[in-house]
Amino acid sequence: MSKTLFDKVWDAHVVRKIEDGPDVFFIDRHFIHEVTSPVAFLGLENRGVGVMFPERTFATADHNTPTINQHLPVEDALSANQLKALETNTGKYGISHWGLGHQKNGIVHVVGPENGITLPGMTIVCGDSHTSTHGAFGAIAFGIGTSEVEMVLSSQCIMQPKPKKMRITVNGTVGKGVLPKDVILYIISKISAAGATGYFVEYAGEVFENMSMEGRMTVCNMSIEMGARGGMIAPDEKTFEYLKGREQSPKGEDWEKLLKYWNTLKTDEGATFDEELVYDAADIEPQITYGTNPGLGTGISTTIPKAGEVIDGEASFKKSLKYMGFEEGQSVIGKEVDYVFLGSCTNGRIEDFRAFASIVKGKKKADNVTAWLVPGSHIVEAQIKDEGILDILTEAGFALRQPGCSACLAMNDDKIPAGKLAVSTSNRNFEGRQGPNSRTMLASPLVAAAAAVTGKVTDPREFL
Amino acid sequence: MAYDKFTVLQSTCVPLPLENVDTDQIIPARFLKATTREGFGDNLFRDWRYNNDNSPKEDFVLNNPTYSGKVLVAGRNFGSGSSREHAAWAIYDYGFRCVISSFFADIFKGNALNIGILPVTVSPAFLDKIFKAIEADPKAEVEVDLPNQKVTLVATGESEGFDINGYKKNNMVNGFDDIDYLQNMKEEISVFEESRPF
Repeated sequence: MSKTLFDKVWDAHVVRKIEDGPDVFFIDRHFIHEVTSPVAFLGLENRGVGVMFPERTFATADHNTPTINQHLPVEDALSANQLKALETNTGKYGISHWGLGHQKNGIVHVVGPENGITLPGMTIVCGDSHTSTHGAFGAIAFGIGTSEVEMVLSSQCIMQPKPKKMRITVNGTVGKGVLPKDVILYIISKISAAGATGYFVEYAGEVFENMSMEGRMTVCNMSIEMGARGGMIAPDEKTFEYLKGREQSPKGEDWEKLLKYWNTLKTDEGATFDEELVYDAADIEPQITYGTNPGLGTGISTTIPKAGEVIDGEASFKKSLKYMGFEEGQSVIGKEVDYVFLGSCTNGRIEDFRAFASIVKGKKKADNVTAWLVPGSHIVEAQIKDEGILDILTEAGFALRQPGCSACLAMNDDKIPAGKLAVSTSNRNFEGRQGPNSRTMLASPLVAAAAAVTGKVTDPREFL
Repeated sequence: MAYDKFTVLQSTCVPLPLENVDTDQIIPARFLKATTREGFGDNLFRDWRYNNDNSPKEDFVLNNPTYSGKVLVAGRNFGSGSSREHAAWAIYDYGFRCVISSFFADIFKGNALNIGILPVTVSPAFLDKIFKAIEADPKAEVEVDLPNQKVTLVATGESEGFDINGYKKNNMVNGFDDIDYLQNMKEEISVFEESRPF
């Protein structure tokens, strides 16, 4: 019988099917971090059970860590306590831990792929909704709650009903200045922040085939922002090329054997989806959001729609614009920007810094803009230095911070002040997401760079 | 952690007729720094509920003494965004045991079920009826009957069925949880693990 990529990977992980209930679903790789794991470990203690397969769990500290002076003790007592708990818990159960200060430390969804921990055909979970990132490698990857973290630690399984299947195809070639971030923001704006709830998405078509692994990660990362449990892309030569030789990637005969298996991981001819959406790349221009959920976005050269033109209900839409201080029908171009944030598990990879540098090169940061440039990991940070990008940034008046989730969720000190407007390459523009009463416009690294040098929302194509 | 059993709940409601209530609103990230699961109710809907100087915002429903109860009624796409189970903990800790909406985000729904909050999905029309009933009478009660999978407006007797899989229903009615179930499967899981290629 014809199967989709998703079916193939899902079905290979079902330990038991419960009648009128979820599947008992085996997890190959489990990532944990300091914020959503402590209560799970506490749960293990209370039950008197241990960690069943500690070698299948990997810990990194990222959510609450400072992005300057990482060599100093963490000042915030509560954050320090969570970091300490992660160190203690991983030490106690023999779990690999790349904590603050470790040379491989970084954002969990950046670190996993760049060290070859993420592989095609795997199931990967983490107590973080952007775990969907790893779907770029043809893995089934999704975020879980802390109760489920406890399940994985204690049994390497969770209980999951199989989601429905959606395929999103984008044909053609994207235009100048259109990045993977624009492709996914465009899709979300078309179907809304709830448009894929209940589904697992496969991305297909030339646009994704031609995309780099970094770009595919950006796309899969934001699957959750349209409500999807996750998104995935069939592994191909690009995937194998990216993984080959990475620290924890399989080697030698193991690699060859797996390669044969990985080549079978594609949707069969004739396999069906519960929902199919098809878009044309030519319709996508650089995107930016104007509202307080990721579905409220538009092409940068257009205007903010009217209440009746969006899927969201009128009350929520109007509340959203009121919060942002924007009006229906206004142009987004020209809005004065106070902060620019380049980073996060969505856009904190080397390609993102290359794109940002391509625009700011030879220009100067606008005086009215505070810019936070935060690499996704120490490995990305090293690449930025090795490739000479740091010199370009420094010359243009920008400074580089140290790796972490930073202003994406503002758990550390990187908070956008109340009322200030930020153009952010991160994934959520919810009310107060980047700091109480802060205002966020989500965009690509190119749009962020254009805003950083002009001090206002600007079409990056002017610089290309 | 096994939780309270849930069978039939009759209660007044707290209405929140907004769509896309995300988990950053339910519990902002800066309050996720605890290493235990208690006390999150104090910061439930923190930025909608309190001003910057910590004074209550009078127009927010949780600060309005007219409304109370163990059932939160919310607009479509409730619980979107972050997977933080803290959102469910905050709702539970505040005193809610059931959330009614026309549509839930997947991860929130799973988290709620895992800690003993019943997410009840009703049709948009029935959700509207509940909102209207509460608007007309803030003391209007709903009866949420899990064994019979039915939610009823007590005053008028109007009701609607809701879906939940048999396994989860049995867990909630008896106060069992998934970890108990999985602990009894460890041998089967070990055999499965041996067969994995990575």
